[in-house]
Amino acid sequence: MTSTETRTAGRLGDSPLRPDGTLKVTGEFAYSSDLWHDDMVWGVTLRSPHPHARIRSIDVTEALRVPGVSAVLTAADVPGENAVGLEHLDTPALADGVVRYQGEPVALVAADHPETARRAAKRIVVDYEVLPAVTDPRRALDADAPLVHASREDNLVRAMKIRRGDPAPTAPVVVALDFEVGMQDQAFLGPESGLAVPDGEGGVDLFVATQWLHVDQGQVCRVLGLPPEQVRLTLAGVGGAFGGREDLSMHVHACLLALHTGKPVKMSYARDESFFGHVHRHPAWLRYEFGASEEGELIYAKADILFDGGAYASSTGAVVGNGGTLGLGPYRIPSVHVDARGVYTNNPPCGAMRGFGCVQAAFAHEALMDELADRVGVDRVEIRARNGMVEGDLNITGQVIDSAAPVAELIRTVRDLPLPPEPEGERDIRELPGGASNTTHGEGVVRGIGYAVTYKNVGFSEGFDDYSTARVRLEAVAGEPVATVHTAAAEVGQGLITIEQQICRTELGVDQVVVHPKDTSVGSGGSTSASRQTYVTGGAVKAACEAVRTSVLRRAAALLQRSDLRLDGDKIVAESGEVVAGLVEVLDEPVEETVEWRHRPTFPIDPETGQGNAHVQYAFSAHRAVVDVDTELGLVKVVALDTAQDVGRALNPDAVVGQIQGGSAQGMGLALMEEIVVQDGHVKNPSFTDYLIPTILDMPPMQVKVLEYADPHAPYGVRGVGEPPTISSGPAVAAAVRAATGKALRRVPIRPEHITF
Amino acid sequence: MDFLAPTSWAEALETKAAHPDALPVAGGTDVMVELNFDHRRPAALLDLTRVPELQEWSRDAGRIRLGAGVTYSRVITELGGALPGLAMAARTVGSPQIRNRGTVGGNLGAASPAGDSHPALLAAFAEVEIASVRGTRVVPVAEFFTGVKRSVLEADELIAAVRVTPPAGPQQFCKIGTRNAMVIAVSAFGFALHPDRRVVGTGIGSAAPTPRPAPEAAAFLAGELEAAGLWDSRGPLPEGLATDFGRRVRDAAAPIDDVRGSAAYRLHALSVMARRAATWAWDSYRDENRSAAA
Repeated sequence: MTSTETRTAGRLGDSPLRPDGTLKVTGEFAYSSDLWHDDMVWGVTLRSPHPHARIRSIDVTEALRVPGVSAVLTAADVPGENAVGLEHLDTPALADGVVRYQGEPVALVAADHPETARRAAKRIVVDYEVLPAVTDPRRALDADAPLVHASREDNLVRAMKIRRGDPAPTAPVVVALDFEVGMQDQAFLGPESGLAVPDGEGGVDLFVATQWLHVDQGQVCRVLGLPPEQVRLTLAGVGGAFGGREDLSMHVHACLLALHTGKPVKMSYARDESFFGHVHRHPAWLRYEFGASEEGELIYAKADILFDGGAYASSTGAVVGNGGTLGLGPYRIPSVHVDARGVYTNNPPCGAMRGFGCVQAAFAHEALMDELADRVGVDRVEIRARNGMVEGDLNITGQVIDSAAPVAELIRTVRDLPLPPEPEGERDIRELPGGASNTTHGEGVVRGIGYAVTYKNVGFSEGFDDYSTARVRLEAVAGEPVATVHTAAAEVGQGLITIEQQICRTELGVDQVVVHPKDTSVGSGGSTSASRQTYVTGGAVKAACEAVRTSVLRRAAALLQRSDLRLDGDKIVAESGEVVAGLVEVLDEPVEETVEWRHRPTFPIDPETGQGNAHVQYAFSAHRAVVDVDTELGLVKVVALDTAQDVGRALNPDAVVGQIQGGSAQGMGLALMEEIVVQDGHVKNPSFTDYLIPTILDMPPMQVKVLEYADPHAPYGVRGVGEPPTISSGPAVAAAVRAATGKALRRVPIRPEHITF
Repeated sequence: MDFLAPTSWAEALETKAAHPDALPVAGGTDVMVELNFDHRRPAALLDLTRVPELQEWSRDAGRIRLGAGVTYSRVITELGGALPGLAMAARTVGSPQIRNRGTVGGNLGAASPAGDSHPALLAAFAEVEIASVRGTRVVPVAEFFTGVKRSVLEADELIAAVRVTPPAGPQQFCKIGTRNAMVIAVSAFGFALHPDRRVVGTGIGSAAPTPRPAPEAAAFLAGELEAAGLWDSRGPLPEGLATDFGRRVRDAAAPIDDVRGSAAYRLHALSVMARRAATWAWDSYRDENRSAAA
């Protein structure tokens, strides 16, 4: 007997059902907006109507007079430092003397009913002196531009330079373009919400939907002026995140009200407020130039990328970092000249969103790659295959790509997937652009095919100390070994809970794995972003399991007086293969180990040349989009959106495909419809009536080809999965629409009138 | 806010007379959104879902009388043949859940320029039956709308029904949205051929302060068909006629630029939809003849 044959489902490589799956489908999942406490009051936020104004005075007298109101707070009531922010502490928890964007929080109200609180908030009298606003980011660095932050010299958040190879390159073939990307929203379905419960001893427990409990905790502590022991966070049910929950929303506000009133405070944004309650994807203006040989081999590339960071920095610096270091795509380019900048304006703050700086760039480099292909007469797939990175290549920061870089295989794979049948005869209008809206019976409809490929960094970069903590406990419960895994890594819908269980089952041979609620009583799990949790928290859980296993075997060795033991399933086995004990026999006392785990270090890039090993891992994907466009009306139906992606190793194949499908839909949404329209600093469409996201009738069934080239440097060989699909799908759709219409279409989302005029 | 819930039509009219500031609510797909966004704070809601008379449709002297509380879903499943244009419009409304709740009467009551029913009702020359304790009056749909979200309804009046003559000819409805479902019209167009009267019906949505017909375009097309003897011959449309018609429909609109689309695009889209709708309807009219002959 050399191995246990009682392997149950739910180990690595299986696709166990998610514990939240059925609950979400049936509407029974408890989201953060469902939190309840019998004694709670409701908090609401009064927000600035102006993009830029000085606050002369705030009079809360009338609001306090409303029956049922228990508190009205302003910046004057902040006990600690009134400053939060992911990279820069530039964001007041409540506006202090000035507002810098429409929707900035100015005051808080707590009352016994949310409607009472809202009515009271309307009675707060804020005397604003409207100031000139910077709303065109292309003018933000002009000498005469108003300063968004008076304490700064200019409106620059970060500028990045990348210089490589020939400083004055020439090439026989030169193509160039300007591209513009609109402001996308994460549009998560569960609005910002949480419950703050005062502990009666000056501290507070906050239950909240977020992406990174510990970074929230640090910011909340600063504003409250409390140590971490007195500010405890627990993850509540998260209804999607996509980067929009990296920054604080109602966290500090609910805690301020709870500590002030001594009562539990619930805050839950409505949909319109949610559009003002979180950062968005940066709009971008991109100018690109490729120089190539007559055969289409890239000789040089130049890029100038401008990101509108809005009123506060959030993660603009890191987005600039990604746009700069990754913004030329997964191509081998000898000479490179990139400038990427992020600026402050009085527009809505922008920060993290799935794809993080690469999404905007990919629209530009992929459109230009098509243009180059056409110019030199090379097939659009082949030009990508020819210029695509392979393992061992240097990227534009001079970093060696030291695991699989299957660009050519990915793009050829999507090309070779079966195409949808060519339309013939009379078609059901639901298959046509416009669908049941009956705008065409085939008139004006032209089919187009587009391709795109991308690569994205996984994990945090540029020297960031990116780690995760896992605590694993193994004990006997009713004669069975049970593992409990405890991390603070946020489950936001991606499936981390299942992955943590799968790792424990695989490493410890147990069937039962309890996932402890995610909270700050264990060390940081790092952010649920940058496609990093399966890699980093997965790595931490694996390491903690290994430590537990070592402890168990040490204990068994002492107990059994032999040293040739290993764990095989839930048996302790000798070198000979003989089972010498059951696992539970050595678990009189639980075994618990806590491990802080880090991936290989990354390094800051050189400020002058942009050279350096900025990233730890790269993930590659390709898409092929097939669209039917009603060229007369400008309406688009995506007929097929197929993809190939290298995931290193699929620990949970169903979850991998789910991430790829969802990410592809989100990328397609940006190409065709998703945009927060901002005019003069004012958001024009803060609702799902007018901020459109794809429905099931907009998203075709997908063919998903998953490649598994294990990364030898990553735990189990995994490669981050969540973001690449969001990056390559949109440019493929845009390319397909260009192919169908013959129009240049240098802006996304592509609106019908861009096609018809 | 008071919640008034009459259980009969007579009681509903009395309640409305007694509470003229009560806001009628049927499926709630519009009213509840307005309340949630705090765009409206009516003194009272007048719930009409418990009034059985409103939930029915009937045939009356050759016409369909569609109770104001009949949902889009029922229009689609029960009246697809009798009211084809309205059923086509109903299919474009929101999601299945919204179609299960939303009503044609509610659509009229909201009187939004973007209401999906309106272009189809205009093209069909439908009439709105309006009632109060003072009596009943009938208003052509073309005269029902008086401004953005305003209608001829007096404070004590309720919409009882819509009266529509089943079509003697083909009808079409087209709607532009920037996604393929669940979208508010960027612009919309309803079209109906009335060969019995040798008249053309038109309805423009989301391209003027109110839904409106395009009477000049309709008269032009009907006149051209008449002059060429096409109502009888059912011959093909002369080259350029549908395009001319589309241009005239476009000229009848007065759209604005907004976040959903530009005025220029709305005008362009109307001309295309009108041309296509007229062509499809005429082709169907010709096909009817062929199938009748066969």
